[in-house]
Amino acid sequence: MKITELFKQGEFVVSAEVGPPKGINVDHLVEEAKTYLSGITAVNVTDNQSSVMRLGSLATCKVLKDAGLTPIYQLTCRDRNRIALQSDLLSAAMLGIENVLCLTGDHTKMGDHPQAKPVFDLDSVSLLHTIKLLEEGVDLGGNKLVGEPPKFAKGAVVSPCSDSVDAQLAKMERKVAAGAEYFQTQAVYEPEKFIQFMEKAKQFGVPVQLGIVIPKSAGMAKFMNDNVAGIHVPDEMLAELRADKEKTKAGITGIEIAARIIKECKPYCQGVHIMALGWESKVPALLELAGL
Amino acid sequence: MLITQLKSKETIVSLVSGKAFIINCQGCKEVSFPEKEAGELQKELVADGKVTGIITTDYICNPKNMMLRLQPYMAEIDAADTILVFSCGVGVQTVAEYFEDKKVCAACDTIELPGYQGVTPLQHDCDQCGECYLNLTGGICPITACSKSLVNGQCGGSKNGKCEVDPNMECGWERIYRRLEKLGRLDLMKCPTQVRNYATDDEVK
Repeated sequence: MKITELFKQGEFVVSAEVGPPKGINVDHLVEEAKTYLSGITAVNVTDNQSSVMRLGSLATCKVLKDAGLTPIYQLTCRDRNRIALQSDLLSAAMLGIENVLCLTGDHTKMGDHPQAKPVFDLDSVSLLHTIKLLEEGVDLGGNKLVGEPPKFAKGAVVSPCSDSVDAQLAKMERKVAAGAEYFQTQAVYEPEKFIQFMEKAKQFGVPVQLGIVIPKSAGMAKFMNDNVAGIHVPDEMLAELRADKEKTKAGITGIEIAARIIKECKPYCQGVHIMALGWESKVPALLELAGL
Repeated sequence: MLITQLKSKETIVSLVSGKAFIINCQGCKEVSFPEKEAGELQKELVADGKVTGIITTDYICNPKNMMLRLQPYMAEIDAADTILVFSCGVGVQTVAEYFEDKKVCAACDTIELPGYQGVTPLQHDCDQCGECYLNLTGGICPITACSKSLVNGQCGGSKNGKCEVDPNMECGWERIYRRLEKLGRLDLMKCPTQVRNYATDDEVK
């Protein structure tokens, strides 16, 4: 199922994210996804997230699909050139994977193989453009595909609380022009900034899913503030996470904060995308508290 | 060595909005400059009444030298809407940085050849990629100013204006965005999707 169909029907689309393991056993991942994420619309599978080498996104998508979930295949331009990317897209279509999320990808220097060659032959925009060509039956080299062309729901990302939000909006517009049909955002902790962003972004006429990372602790929030681009956890939220250590440890404070952000932003967006980062088991509780 | 090769005539003519001041840089012996072709094309532009002045000089990559050479031509430069630069990518970037409010255009693509690359000041770099992007980016090179050499805009990895790959490096695409804003050319952010061409063979260019 293409998630774009649901946006068209006016549904508030909920997706979550899983990261493949650094190894070949996916039993735990599949079990968790089936238990905690089967009630939501779709599950993103990250592609060597943060430039850390892991089991492949495509293979994991297939396993999740076979388990009855709807995977969103995340595809970055960091590790493959245009030949490999197009080939993997054909493979995905052949395996019945219908949702893709196109990203440029973190730089290799950010991960566990800083010696690796960063590819970036294409980027998020030219990757979207390439998929559009494949859907028209032609590859990026101008050669015709044989038989029925692939069809995807093409997603992209944007960073609404970035300190250079105007440059982000300009890039978003380019992604829409290149074929992006829906957006998922970087984690939001400042609803007012997100709402301002959506006021400007709505002119593009594409659905946007609010990005949520459950703040697990004050330490995690502070780490994100210091190190993660596009994320700022305000001081009062940090104080809230520090206030009741037991509650925070149990995950309650983080879930309360996340649910509050979702409620506040819901009227301005078309869905929510939850990056639980290992806290997949808390997703049902979060959705319930957020009234979804 | 490197070669500067003229962009297509249609491209160069389309770059000249209103009148142009032309800078030819034939300074450095490591650069092979298309003198004859450039001269013919410039004659046509002059005949069409599109040129306020032409200077043929050297080492415009050195900002002090460039300003010294351009000083006598300031009236002609003021009268022009565009500064059209026939040089390697470093020269264009140096001119664009100095004339921040002016439309500065690259008339050449810079292509790498084996051997000594010449001496240029360090604040600008040209990767000699062979398909100069400076006309789309306000004279700031996205290939050398962006850690990922992105050609379609900013990624999500800039924090407080700095690149997350190198905290000492300003985000190249934020610089480009600000420059285009200053030039009133944010429309260039909406240019068609760019796909880089890594082919070195002229036949597949």
